[in-house]
Amino acid sequence: MSDENFDDFQAELVKDFLLESSEGLESFDQDLLVIEKGECDTNLLNQVFRVVHTIKGTAGCLGFGRIESIAHTGENVLSLMRDGELESTPEIADSLLKLSDALRAMLEVIETSGSDETAGDYSDLKSILDAIKDGQIVTSGPEPKVEETLDEADSQTPPAAGANVGWGFFEDEPAHAESEICAPDESSAWGLFEEEDTTVSEKLVQKAIAVAALPKEPAAAKAESISSASVRVDVALLDGLMNMVGELVLSRNQLLQLSYQRSITPSDVSTLSQRFNQVTTELQQGIMKTRMQQIGTVWGKYPRIVRDLASDLGKRVELETFGADTELDRTIIEAIKDPLTHIIRNAVDHGIESPAVREAAGKSESAQLLMRAFHEAGQVNIEIIDDGAGIDGNKICGKALEKGLIDVEEAGRLSDREKINLIFLPGFSTAEKLSNVSGRGVGMDVVKTNIEKIGGSVDIHSVCGEGTTLRIKIPLTLAIVAALVVKSGNQRFAIPQVNLVELVRINADDIEEAIEMVYDAPVFRLRGKLLPLVFLDQFLGLPLGNREKRSSVSIAVLRADSQDYGLVVDVVSDTEEIVVKPLGKQLSNLPIYAGATIMGDGSVAIILDAVGVASRAGVLGVAQKVNDSRLNAVEDILDAGEKVPLILFSLAGWENLAVPLEAAERLEEFDPSVIESSGGVESVHYRGSIMQLLRLGDLLGVKTRYEGSNREQVIVYKCGERYLGIVVGENRDIVEQSLKLENIGSRPYIKGSAIINGRITDLVDVEAILARAGLKELAGTA
Amino acid sequence: MWRPYSQEPDSRSLLELRSVMEKQIQLCTFRLGKLLLGIDVLSVQEVIKCPALTPVPLAPSEIEGLLNLRGQILTAIDLRRQFSLPEDAGANDGAKMLIIVRTRKVEAALIVDSVGDVIDVSDETFEQAAVNVPASVRPYIVGVHKLEKRLLHVLDAEATASISSSPTL
Repeated sequence: MSDENFDDFQAELVKDFLLESSEGLESFDQDLLVIEKGECDTNLLNQVFRVVHTIKGTAGCLGFGRIESIAHTGENVLSLMRDGELESTPEIADSLLKLSDALRAMLEVIETSGSDETAGDYSDLKSILDAIKDGQIVTSGPEPKVEETLDEADSQTPPAAGANVGWGFFEDEPAHAESEICAPDESSAWGLFEEEDTTVSEKLVQKAIAVAALPKEPAAAKAESISSASVRVDVALLDGLMNMVGELVLSRNQLLQLSYQRSITPSDVSTLSQRFNQVTTELQQGIMKTRMQQIGTVWGKYPRIVRDLASDLGKRVELETFGADTELDRTIIEAIKDPLTHIIRNAVDHGIESPAVREAAGKSESAQLLMRAFHEAGQVNIEIIDDGAGIDGNKICGKALEKGLIDVEEAGRLSDREKINLIFLPGFSTAEKLSNVSGRGVGMDVVKTNIEKIGGSVDIHSVCGEGTTLRIKIPLTLAIVAALVVKSGNQRFAIPQVNLVELVRINADDIEEAIEMVYDAPVFRLRGKLLPLVFLDQFLGLPLGNREKRSSVSIAVLRADSQDYGLVVDVVSDTEEIVVKPLGKQLSNLPIYAGATIMGDGSVAIILDAVGVASRAGVLGVAQKVNDSRLNAVEDILDAGEKVPLILFSLAGWENLAVPLEAAERLEEFDPSVIESSGGVESVHYRGSIMQLLRLGDLLGVKTRYEGSNREQVIVYKCGERYLGIVVGENRDIVEQSLKLENIGSRPYIKGSAIINGRITDLVDVEAILARAGLKELAGTA
Repeated sequence: MWRPYSQEPDSRSLLELRSVMEKQIQLCTFRLGKLLLGIDVLSVQEVIKCPALTPVPLAPSEIEGLLNLRGQILTAIDLRRQFSLPEDAGANDGAKMLIIVRTRKVEAALIVDSVGDVIDVSDETFEQAAVNVPASVRPYIVGVHKLEKRLLHVLDAEATASISSSPTL
């Protein structure tokens, strides 16, 4: 029993130790980088010293001998520096940074295995530090002879070393992780580091680190490490919260007392509710604040990453950050960590040129990399600006063509900005040769999806030769969103404001005229464009109730996947800030809901997912979707705006249909008596061969025969040597019309709708029909 | 043999009993029409009266709606429908109870007709569900305890709460 208690206690201590140490090391790195630049005051040195000292002391207490001994050697060096007996040189700073890497690796081993026994051997690092202490290593130069053997040793380093936590981003992306490991030159991932002037022992250290990184792999897969499982909260803020909770308890007592009273006046209630309102608002803000973290907590590690990368690639980069105190919800901070790192790595690797190239281009040798964060319009903006080579839109475009991501025609239509934005397409990588740093073909699209997942957006601007600006916009918090509360079928629903484009109100008298039908699909003319409609009550199967009696309906115009549609609801109540709560697992297969929220009266309202509703209701056209992913290239020749001759005709129960005249061979009329039916297939003798007839009505699912006409109207198509007749109701007219197709719902054999002669007309997809008749290949040659 | 927990006269003998039979568990019992069912108390968080529920359109029919339990949204599952029992024509309306089930993987509110005692059962009386139990119900019913006068159906809390047709492991 007591053993168990002791174990618990020990585990608790170890957890504290890990947390404290990783926080300490974070600042340790930053401070060291400052010291490396040569600005070392005693204060800073003291701080650095204290971190290592604390780690050493605690590790000793907990029995982690390895950590203790290596921290001890580091402490020796630092104490000399602190006392002014040792001058800081880049070499010393470098080995101290390696010390922090080693410590971090060991801490991670402890986190996974519980002891530091397997933490690898850092005796080489130790000997360097000792040498520094004894004043033996002051400068270092290349020693090519030994390096050769070391390279050999390096190449034997297991490939997984490259997948080490800091470098293997987006590990949830299997393809990426795989390519990361399979890369041929992987084993030199760390060896690449400062190839020119590394000392022998430093090389060894790198190898040691790479080896030590091995057991880290499982740890990397873990969702949250200890260091992200807790937050530090300002004591004053906590006191404020406690105070508010005290107030809350007092208000509750008042409420209880009030409930015992026999007669309650409205003023009593209103005083009390005001008090509650005040207390809870302040409490809410306070709690939100505790969840807020400065973006600087993530940025802290970037100077180190940039430094390592730049020296790795032989570039010179100066990183500047502004607005590190911008606050964000911690879940969002977690979510943008990896995308940001990826962007930074991209900027240093691809964006910034080598010093020689920069000089030739008349720029300063060392590049500027600027990170800015600021609040704007309730959102946080993060900008990453570099003055590197910029992105060549044409090069990107060519690459996309080469990879078959777009076709030539699309490419011709793209603007410069759209061309640059092609790098967000899945499967895109512009790196001319793969480097270890970035550019494995999954990059920016993962960044984009990750940021969009948390409701943010990414935008990229670039001037070739001058630099690139990448702007990320993200919401302050995920938990509370502005939403429109609507009512339909006597039930309340919330629609996130992000999806809302506009609201349209239609009076009951005008409903008949305003809402038109394309076959059975309701549409609304919004400023001349057809907007597909979804009736929410009908869509959800709610009781339709007294539709006749209502005085007006409202259309909420929603945007899903950059396509608009209208959601028809009974009443638009209000916009409210709602708290998003997840739905139970039982409902996880219903993508039409984004979650639920609790309304003011304690009841539950469901939050609709605009995209989910659209795709279930079938208002997301397939063609249009493809379109979007290809940056709004034009879908069809018909859409190009040239005039196209069309045959207009009608079917019983479907007034306005059209087919392009061009593809048709002839228009014919047949007496029903000459149509022969065999095996369910109708055919006629036509020009010396047999022509199969297809009834359009059957295909579209409306009435077969056109009543009142004893002649069958047939549009004849010729495919190679075969004829196919499509039986239509009544040919009405042939017009020349420039078509602007709009996709309303996805209906079989209908390409889309357009307004022709003031009527909404559906264009029949002839090719799909020919394909059905088995004439598709021939159709192309006809 | 079973006794209601409160009637256990000698706690020492109960302890001994436990040490002999490891698989002694407590079940929270409830009724669904004529069925007597039980669910492991360790997966029952609480039992409350059924509040007004918010219906979820287009959800599976056994999902009755959503409720707000102190700020958490829970899915209420109508066990009658899940077990394909006839609808109770208002006989118990208003007095329906919710059993809030919380396991490591899933939480849900089960709508039942009435809630009974918590009873101790041991492995001795347990038997696998009979082979002629319909397949639609089989995943949810682990087996039965043969009580003195009737059979107590033991539910798999996790499978029932997650409406999964295959038992969760």
